[in-house]
Amino acid sequence: MIEIKNLHATVDGKDILKGVDLTIRPGEVHAIMGPNGAGKSTLSYVLAGREGYEVTDGSVTYYGKDLLALEPEERAAEGVFLAFQYPVEIPGVANTTFLKTAINATRKHRGEKELDAMQFLKILREKTKALGMSDDMLKRAVNVGFSGGEKKRNETLQMAILEPKFAILDETDSGLDIDALKIVAEGVNALRSPERSMLVITHYQRLLDYIVPDFVHVLAAGRIVKSGGKELALELEKNGYRDFGVDEAA
Amino acid sequence: MTTTGYSTRGADPTTAPAFLAPLDERPAAVLPVVAELRAQGRARFAAVGLPTIKNEAWRYTNLRDLAKLAVTTASGDAPVDRLPTVRAEGQSGPRLVFVDGRFRADLSTTDGLPDGVLLTDLASACQNHSGLIADHLGRLASAEDRPLVALNSADLTDGVVLRVASGVSVDAPIELVFVSVGRDGATTASHPRALIMLEAGARAVLVEHHVSQGDNATLSNHVAEITVGEGATLHHCKAQRENAASFHLSHIAASVAAGGCYDNFILTIGARLSRNEVVSALNGGDARTHVSGGYMVRGNQHADISTIIDHAQPNGTSREIYKGVIDDSARAAFQGKIIVRPQAQKTDGHQLNRALLLSDSAEIDAKPELEIHADDVKCSHGCTAGELDDAALFYLRARGIDKETARGLLIGAFLSDVLDEIAEAPIREAFQGFVAGWLEEQR
Repeated sequence: MIEIKNLHATVDGKDILKGVDLTIRPGEVHAIMGPNGAGKSTLSYVLAGREGYEVTDGSVTYYGKDLLALEPEERAAEGVFLAFQYPVEIPGVANTTFLKTAINATRKHRGEKELDAMQFLKILREKTKALGMSDDMLKRAVNVGFSGGEKKRNETLQMAILEPKFAILDETDSGLDIDALKIVAEGVNALRSPERSMLVITHYQRLLDYIVPDFVHVLAAGRIVKSGGKELALELEKNGYRDFGVDEAA
Repeated sequence: MTTTGYSTRGADPTTAPAFLAPLDERPAAVLPVVAELRAQGRARFAAVGLPTIKNEAWRYTNLRDLAKLAVTTASGDAPVDRLPTVRAEGQSGPRLVFVDGRFRADLSTTDGLPDGVLLTDLASACQNHSGLIADHLGRLASAEDRPLVALNSADLTDGVVLRVASGVSVDAPIELVFVSVGRDGATTASHPRALIMLEAGARAVLVEHHVSQGDNATLSNHVAEITVGEGATLHHCKAQRENAASFHLSHIAASVAAGGCYDNFILTIGARLSRNEVVSALNGGDARTHVSGGYMVRGNQHADISTIIDHAQPNGTSREIYKGVIDDSARAAFQGKIIVRPQAQKTDGHQLNRALLLSDSAEIDAKPELEIHADDVKCSHGCTAGELDDAALFYLRARGIDKETARGLLIGAFLSDVLDEIAEAPIREAFQGFVAGWLEEQR
């Protein structure tokens, strides 16, 4: 279970999160919607442990542990996974090398035996096939020269390989056409399980047609201002974020 | 010969005697040409001493600490435990080994060389190939212009002679191994000379290893004179991995004839202070040269890469790419000059130096220079200095990869494309291994 309590965070001395409260139980999929600048990406970076995102108050308890006290790599090894809005290009590091290093780092942390080349390739083949990814994408440097869709598919592949307990999907729909969105959503849906929680962050309702959440929350000006079921997303689609003091058309 | 006109500004002849004295123990020269070059070198070095930072060419590299040392010589007969190689385990091939600058016949072999290849040490060549030595020695490297070439000439005892006859192609890499052992409590100096000649249409691959055995401080002061004949190709790769107490100074002067190609790659990992000078002169039309390398320094190491690409004839192509990783309080200097002489129309010359600074006190001095006297040329240069990409570092860590491993991956990635400049896979893989070893030590 993940319990976020009264979370405050600043970026460059600016208050962005101003008291976020959220509880996510195993198997639940929560969506966070909100206008630009509401603090959606900040929340995802704070949970993943990015430098420069300073927590000034509040707590995050992750299966009994103080998540905020852990290094980013420790959080990942404990099962926290952030699917990046803008996956980073890393020239010179082959995608396969990256994936193998990541899975073995995680296995080592969990006290499991590291995979050898053959075992890893077997798992990789299985997972890439399911996502319709080409071998070429694995040989290339991490995200270099990938289309928007390929980058998001690569994020989904990493999630499938690392099998997190808590996945945060930051604007997974951005930069995707409808076909790419469907493929990525299918990949994500295949990973839904009673043990795995997800936090889906999005500006638009569209993504939630494909990844249907159990709960929807509205984040505005650094706080969750409304929570409800999946129907809340449709309401927002119709009325925008005006009811929350935000006029995006302005 | 490329003349840069060494200015004696700031010269300090008082530093000369300490470096010349040990050379008195050398056996007398058997060839008049050698005796003459020694005398010229000695006279010149005695007049100018070690270069100082007052000289423009040495602005970024200070030999002050070297100048304070009283150098001596090592016997060169120390036992050697292990010799570095780019060959697969169990494979052998042509190799000359030098210990503290002295040729070691017992560790060297010329087996596996095709007909038409002469590979021998300088002393033997003076005995058996005096005409060759008389014709070529001292023709490309100028004692007048460069004090350390003068000091090397003042010695002229040990070295390498390689000649590949017209049209002969040597497939196996020829390895030159320089092991510095030194003496406890002293700094020993060696001044090996290499004379390399590829005749028309010849092809060869040369790999140099420079390593230390033990922790003694040593000075190695290398000079190589390389002639690449018409349509000939030389791939020349060098890995300098001496210990952190040593001084490594090297001057390579190459002259490339029409349609010829000289490729040079230098990996700098070791030495307290190193300077690699590469002068590649395209003295025939349609000639090519490709000089590149990687330098990786930390602690208080200092690495200097100083290159001159001299386009003297039309339709020449030069490509130059260096990448450096600088950590702690280490410093690096890159000076890259491209000269395009008036008749060298249609020259295509490109140069790039990129440095990755891993700490706030790491430093790079970069000085690219284009000196263009022809009007129909394509030339460019670029220098960048940057830090590790925070976004990439976070991305890797967010996938469970610890900070040190993530840094290692990114540093390795930064260097990977420059290592790709090494055309021969076995050499590239061996050099990649040297880089990986350096990254391991980092952790």
